[in-house]
Amino acid sequence: MTTTETPGAEGSSLRPTLLDLMQGFVHELRAAGLPVSMTENLDAMRAVEYIELDDREEFRSTLAATLVKHHRHRASFDTVFDVYFSLFSHGIDELDELGALGGDGEDDGQPGVDGEAGQGAGQGGGEGLTREEMAAMLVNALRNMDQDALRRLAAVAVRQYAGMEPGRPVGGTYYLYRTLRQLDLDDLQARLMGEAKARGEVQEGALADRLAREEFEARLKLLRDLVEEEIRRALVADRGVEAMARTLRKPLPEDIEFMHASRDEMMTLQQAVYPLTRALAARLAQRRRRRNRGHLDFRKTVRASLSYGGVPAEPKFRNPHPSKPEVMVIADISGSVASFARFTLMFVYAMANQFSKVRSWVFIDGIDEVTRYFIESEDVLEAVHRVNTEADVIWVDGHSDYGHAFETFYNRHYTEITPKTSIILLGDARNNYHASQAWVVEAMAKRARHVYWLDPEPNGYWDTGDSIVSEYAKFCDGTFECRNLRQLNQFVTTVAENG
Amino acid sequence: MAERFKNVDDVVTRLREADYLADPGIAGVVFLADRLEKPVLVEGPAGVGKTELAKAIAEVTGSRLIRLQCYEGLDEAKALYEWNYKKQLLRIQADREHETDWATVESDIFAEPFLLERPLLEAIRAEEPVVLLIDEVDRVEIETEALLLEVLSDFQVSIPELGTISGRQRPIVLLTSNNTRELSEALKRRCLYVHIDYPDIAREEEIVRVRVPEIDAALAEQIARVVRSIRSLELKKSPSISETIDWARTLLYFGTSQIDPKVIGETLHVLLKYQSDIVKARKELQVPDTGSPA
Repeated sequence: MTTTETPGAEGSSLRPTLLDLMQGFVHELRAAGLPVSMTENLDAMRAVEYIELDDREEFRSTLAATLVKHHRHRASFDTVFDVYFSLFSHGIDELDELGALGGDGEDDGQPGVDGEAGQGAGQGGGEGLTREEMAAMLVNALRNMDQDALRRLAAVAVRQYAGMEPGRPVGGTYYLYRTLRQLDLDDLQARLMGEAKARGEVQEGALADRLAREEFEARLKLLRDLVEEEIRRALVADRGVEAMARTLRKPLPEDIEFMHASRDEMMTLQQAVYPLTRALAARLAQRRRRRNRGHLDFRKTVRASLSYGGVPAEPKFRNPHPSKPEVMVIADISGSVASFARFTLMFVYAMANQFSKVRSWVFIDGIDEVTRYFIESEDVLEAVHRVNTEADVIWVDGHSDYGHAFETFYNRHYTEITPKTSIILLGDARNNYHASQAWVVEAMAKRARHVYWLDPEPNGYWDTGDSIVSEYAKFCDGTFECRNLRQLNQFVTTVAENG
Repeated sequence: MAERFKNVDDVVTRLREADYLADPGIAGVVFLADRLEKPVLVEGPAGVGKTELAKAIAEVTGSRLIRLQCYEGLDEAKALYEWNYKKQLLRIQADREHETDWATVESDIFAEPFLLERPLLEAIRAEEPVVLLIDEVDRVEIETEALLLEVLSDFQVSIPELGTISGRQRPIVLLTSNNTRELSEALKRRCLYVHIDYPDIAREEEIVRVRVPEIDAALAEQIARVVRSIRSLELKKSPSISETIDWARTLLYFGTSQIDPKVIGETLHVLLKYQSDIVKARKELQVPDTGSPA
């Protein structure tokens, strides 16, 4: 698509437009939380001079290479890019040239259907396709992986099913949902499978089945992406770039709040947690090994000095005695903070090899030790699942009762706390007006090395309503707000460093 | 400016000659590295061909590859330069008889012949075209990273006794990282960035066909599909590209023309290196437990 069709870029005034767009783009990236420095901004400006501007993907990868330095920020980058430079791509006008669709389809032996489709779409109304026809054409395009046809069909589908109205303040997700519901991807999947089997392309057996299914899923994912792209393009055309970028702004994975994460955000979090824990564990191991330099080893130093003619040029040290602290994690897993506890448990277990012993308990109004689940299951996710389903944490009614849980803990495990133990308490301390039994925390603090409290609620909400954080906090060595991965990461680093 | 590549497509075609299939993202960043004269930070899981990329670039541009393998405890003496103190000592002792004054001795012993070149300095002083690969940069401590900054931004090294040594040319510099820790912002700012992920199915199939030319196209496709399926599982260690290639060679060696559950069961240990992963993959793919060593 030539750039001259871009609104506001008539004649030779393309450069300023591009510059303006890029500035807006960088601005939006920063607003979305991506750290774009001045140098990087200038690099991007220099870089675009060397590339072909009409190749959208090349343009995208150039900007990504210069502006995005964290892989987990890439998704946010792509969203902003799609919004800002959507006008540069296939152009809105192309939607009206759907006549080509009919031509494409005729080879597939469905002239009637396709002819009609081309006509219908060409008129701009898009009413020409019944759902059945649409499905048949989609199956066709998906089977042959005809990307052009898919793109056009996605455009038609959005027109026909999304019911977009100019100026209506609805997010893209709503339209996406509406369109996809009509397209019925599950049905398409079933059709593709059925067809492939009827042609004998899929062999017998679970494995062949699985491979075919995954292949079709990947293709349907492509269709879904195309639909999404189409909706975004239409929305940008309707509302303008800036407004659209604002509505699409999503928090970066490390800034998503545990307590208010949506389903999709949970998935993102889940994916972000794993590399973070790994990175954290590696860093801690490194720091620990390096920091704990032992005492001077006199004998070795003298021995080494011989090679310098008796000058002790190279001091030698004893191997360090690693002081491996024990960690006890006691987490509230009642409904209100469950997702938070889940991520914290995953984090703690990522550090397990840093500590000689990690034990964990979960509670609601009763308390149960869950260490064994983590030892027995290979997989952290599976362990967390078992914690949530098998642990015996309900005593009376399944409403948080910190007091009773702590008291039980005191009776059963208090004597197991040693001066090497660090205790981490997790919860919002919303105690449903039960007795706080804060003396347990006081007793813990006396016996243990450290007691920390992590609260997933924003600082401002502490001690409001039935939250009694400060009653416990006065005995703790530290109380930390821990609303997102960034804060959790910070806390774990601090703690691990202080041993 | 060196202008080793004409445009992005040229990067793709020429890397292909070295049997490296670059996707547009990779090719784009290599092209920019050439034009902007900036180092490239390449991140991604183990075994997706980060180091291979550097080798391929060196091959197609006719450059010498200089490699600095990073590890914990890497220091200036191993990365940049070192004074050959044994030789210096000898020199001082040899001079004792002639009663030379100290100033002469000092200027003598802090001179070129006593300097031990390490990879970074070697790359800077190279006359012929070079590609500098700083491998697994995430393994060095964050403090040691600072050591690289001068080299990366200005391509020069300051040696107190000799002054600043600047590069005669701008080589292509690649840094790789397995992302075991977050690199410093200062380092990232100086680099272009590309994340290489496991390839999509079409590219993986092509890689198999390029690296194992004798393989049948249909088999290559099946291989790519099975590997994708295995990568979608939650494993300790997903199969890398090199493991895919090994697997393809194994299947070829066995004379397999068609992948069936039994074949997978027998050769799964080529793809997966943890017993728990093998067990899991077997269960998920419903592959019989045959013949694979524990």
